[in-house]
Amino acid sequence: MKQIMAVLTVVATLIGLWYLACIPMNMQGVLVEAERAGAEVAPPDAAARREMGGVSLALRNGFAVPATWAQERPRLPAPHQVAVELWDTTVLKKITSKRSLVYHGWVTLSATLLGFGIGTVLGVLLAVGIVHSRVMDMSVMPWAIVSQTIPIIALAPMIIVVLYSVGVQGIIPKAVISAYLSFFPVVVGMVKGLRSPDAMQLDLLRTYSASKGETFWKLRLPASMPYLFASLKIGIAASLVGAIVGELPTGAVSGLGARLLAGSYYGQTVQIWSALFGAAILAACLVGLLGLIEKTVLKRMGMA
Amino acid sequence: MTLVAFALVLWGFGWWLNTRLAEGPHSDTRAVRLAIPLIFGATVLIVWELVVRGLNVPLVILPAPSLIAARFAGSLPILWADFVQTFVKGALSGYLIGCGAAFLMAVAVDRSDFLRLGLLPVGNFVAALPIVGTAPILVMWFGFDWQSKAAVVVVMVFFPMLVNTVAGLRETTAMQRDLMETYAASYWQSFFKLRLPAAMPFIFNGLKISTTLALIGAIVAEFFGSPTLGMGFRISTSVGQLALDMVWAEIVVAALAGTLFYGLVALIEHHVTFWHPSQRR
Amino acid sequence: MNGTGQQPELSSVVSAKGLDLTFQTNDGPVHALKDVNLEINKGDFVSFIGPSGCGKTTFLRCIAALETPTGGSLTVNGMTPDEARRKRAYGYVFQAAGLYPWRTIAKNIKLPLEIMGYSRQEQDERVRKVLELVDLAGFGGKFPWQLSGGMQQRASIARALAFDADILLMDEPFGALDEIVRDHLNEQLLALWARTGKTIGFVTHSIPEAVYLSTRIVVMSPRPGRITDVIESPLPKERPLDIRDSAEFIEVAHRVREGLRAGHADE
Repeated sequence: MKQIMAVLTVVATLIGLWYLACIPMNMQGVLVEAERAGAEVAPPDAAARREMGGVSLALRNGFAVPATWAQERPRLPAPHQVAVELWDTTVLKKITSKRSLVYHGWVTLSATLLGFGIGTVLGVLLAVGIVHSRVMDMSVMPWAIVSQTIPIIALAPMIIVVLYSVGVQGIIPKAVISAYLSFFPVVVGMVKGLRSPDAMQLDLLRTYSASKGETFWKLRLPASMPYLFASLKIGIAASLVGAIVGELPTGAVSGLGARLLAGSYYGQTVQIWSALFGAAILAACLVGLLGLIEKTVLKRMGMA
Repeated sequence: MTLVAFALVLWGFGWWLNTRLAEGPHSDTRAVRLAIPLIFGATVLIVWELVVRGLNVPLVILPAPSLIAARFAGSLPILWADFVQTFVKGALSGYLIGCGAAFLMAVAVDRSDFLRLGLLPVGNFVAALPIVGTAPILVMWFGFDWQSKAAVVVVMVFFPMLVNTVAGLRETTAMQRDLMETYAASYWQSFFKLRLPAAMPFIFNGLKISTTLALIGAIVAEFFGSPTLGMGFRISTSVGQLALDMVWAEIVVAALAGTLFYGLVALIEHHVTFWHPSQRR
Repeated sequence: MNGTGQQPELSSVVSAKGLDLTFQTNDGPVHALKDVNLEINKGDFVSFIGPSGCGKTTFLRCIAALETPTGGSLTVNGMTPDEARRKRAYGYVFQAAGLYPWRTIAKNIKLPLEIMGYSRQEQDERVRKVLELVDLAGFGGKFPWQLSGGMQQRASIARALAFDADILLMDEPFGALDEIVRDHLNEQLLALWARTGKTIGFVTHSIPEAVYLSTRIVVMSPRPGRITDVIESPLPKERPLDIRDSAEFIEVAHRVREGLRAGHADE
C-alpha cells in the first residue's frame, strides 16, 4: 500500500516536472504565434527574444504559459497532448487504418515475437549443447560472452539491405535482427541456469545412476527456469528495440520505428512522443506478460 | 568448389583439434582456455573467407574477411575520426554524465525510504523500455552534432545505473547496520565506511551494463541525423552505397571499442571489489 | 536479584526496572519482554539463557539502544541507553563476525576507532594491543575471508575491545562455531575478562557455556519474554576447562536446566 502511494507520488512528480518543462521549452514558439495573432509580447523584438532563455521569457510573458501546453507542433508536447494523440490513434481509429498506432504496433510486434521465438529456441538449444559438450563450451561460450559487450545492433541496417538484395523483405529481416538480439542473452542466461544445480544435487542423481538425459529433464532444466525467465525478459526488450531499429534504415512505411522516423522528418513531435509511448507500453506489456508467466510457472514448480 | 570442400575439411580439422585440446590432460590450463576460442574464431574466419571466394558471393551480400581487413587498414583515418566522434565525444561524455548523475541521484534518494520505494519500480520499469526511441526527439532538441548523441546516452544509462546503485546502497545486512549504530556513527560515516563499499559490486554492475548501452545509444542516434561523421552515420551511408566492406570495418571498430570499454571497467572493478566472492581467485 | 539496596550505586552498570517491550506486527502485538527487573554490576559476567523467542537477544539489544522499550526504565551507567551509546559505552559482538570483507583485519579493528576520531598513531597502537589480546598478532594484514571462522570471531571480539567501552555485549558470539573451537574461545574469553575487568552480557543457547563462563546466569522464558530465575554461580573465578566435570558445575547446570523446565511448565 505504502509502495503504491510512493510510486504514484513519484509518477505524479514526474508528470508535474514535465508540465513545468513544457513552459520554457515551448515559450519561444508560442510567443512567435502570439505576436502574429497581435498580442503584446515582451520584449517586442523577435531577435532579442531569440537571445533569451525560455525561463526568463516565461517570467515576462506569464499570459502565454497556458498556450505552451496546447501548441500544434511543440518542441515538447504536454502529457495530455500525448495522451490524446495516443487515444485518437488507438481507440478512435480503425485498426486497419495507416494512421492507427495499433496497426503500426502490430507490424512491429509481429516481427518482435517471431524474432524472439526464433532467438529463444536457438539460444536454448545452443545452451544445452554448451552444457553437455566441453568443446562447445570452451570454443563458443567466450564469444557469446564477448558478444554481450558489443553493440551488435549496429549490424541491423546491413541485415535489412543484404536480405533485401537477395529478395527477402517484410517481416523476416526485422525478425532476424530481433532474433540475434535476444539470442545471446538467452544463451548466457540459460547456460548459467543449466549449471546452477550444485555438486550435491548432481551427486545425488549420480548415486541413482541417472543418465545424462534424466539429469537434464529432472534436475538441470527445472533448476534453470528462474534464469531462463530473467534472460527472456532482457531478450524480449532487446527484440523490440531490434525490430524498431530495423525499421529505420529502409524508410519503412509501417511500424513504430517508421512512425518515429516519419515524425522526426516532418517535425510532428506529438506523433514521435505517442509512438515512443506506444513502444514503451508495448515493452511494458511484453515484460509484464513474461513476468506473469514466470510467476505461474515458478509457483507450479514450487519455486516462488 | 574445391575451396568450399577445403573449407569443410578445415572446419572438421579445427573442431577435431579443439576436441583434442578440450578433452586432453591440459584442458584446464590458461593457455588452452585461451587457445580454444581463438582456434574456433580463426576457423570461422578462414571458412568464411574460403566459402565467400569459392562460391563467388557478391560483395553486397558478404565481403570476405580479407577484404574487410584491407578496407580497415586502408581507411584508418576515417575510422579514427568516426571513432572519436561517436565514442569519445558522444558515448563517453554521455556515459560519464549519465552515470554520474544517476549515482548522485541514488545517494539523494537513499536517504528517503519513501522516495526509494517509489523510484525503484519506476526506474526498473523505465530501464526495460526502448529508450533508444528518444533519439529523434533529442536530435531535434540538441542538433545533429555529438551533443544530441551524448544526451541519448545519458537517458539510456541513467536508469540502469540508478536502479543498481540504489539497490547496492541497500545491500548491507541488519547486523552491519547495527554495528555502526553501536558506534553511534553519523550518516556520512556509515555511508563512506559501510554502505558505499558494500554497494561497489552493484555500482560496477550498473557501470558494465551501461558501457554497451552507451555505444548502442550513440550509434543508433546517428541513424536519426548526424554530421557527415560518426560510426552510425558511416554504417547507414555505406549500407546505402552497398559498400559492405566499410560497414564491416565499422562493426569491427564498434566491437573493439565495446569490448575494450567493458574490459577496462571490469578491470577497475576487479581492483576495487577484489574482496567480493565473485572476484576472488 | 534487585541488589540496589546493598550495593553502592556506583557499581551498578545496567539497571532495568519493570521493562516492557511490545512489537507491533502484522499478526498483532508480540510481547517480547514483560516486567524485566535486573541489575548488572561492574565486573559481572552475566549470561542470558533460554529458548528462542524468550527475549534474551531483545534485552541485550535494548541495553545497546538497538531497540526501544515500550515501558519501564532502563539505565546504563546511570544514563539512558541512547546516551550511553553516543558516549560509546559498549562493544557489541554479533552472532556472525560481520567483518567488512573489503578491509584487512587491522583495518576492521580500526573501523570504530576511525569513527570515534582516534589519532592515527593511537589507532595503530590499539590494534596491536587487541590483536595480541585475542591471539591474532601477525594476522592484521590478512583479509577476513582468508581466516577461519574462529579467527574471524576473535577478530570481531578484538574490534569490540579496541575502544574503551567498559561493557561488552555478546549475542551468541560462538553459536555458529564447532564445539572444539568454541571451548577454546570460551577459555580465552574468560582469560580476557579476568585481564580487562569488563562487564559482560552474554547471550547463549548452551547450558554448559553459560555455567562455565558466568558469575550470574539469567534464565528466561518465552511468550511473554521474561526472567524466570537468576542463578549466582558458586564457581571460583579461576576456571580451567575440566571444571566442567566437577560436582559443583554439574549442580549449577542442573539448576539452570530446572529453571528452563519450570519456565516451560508455566505455559
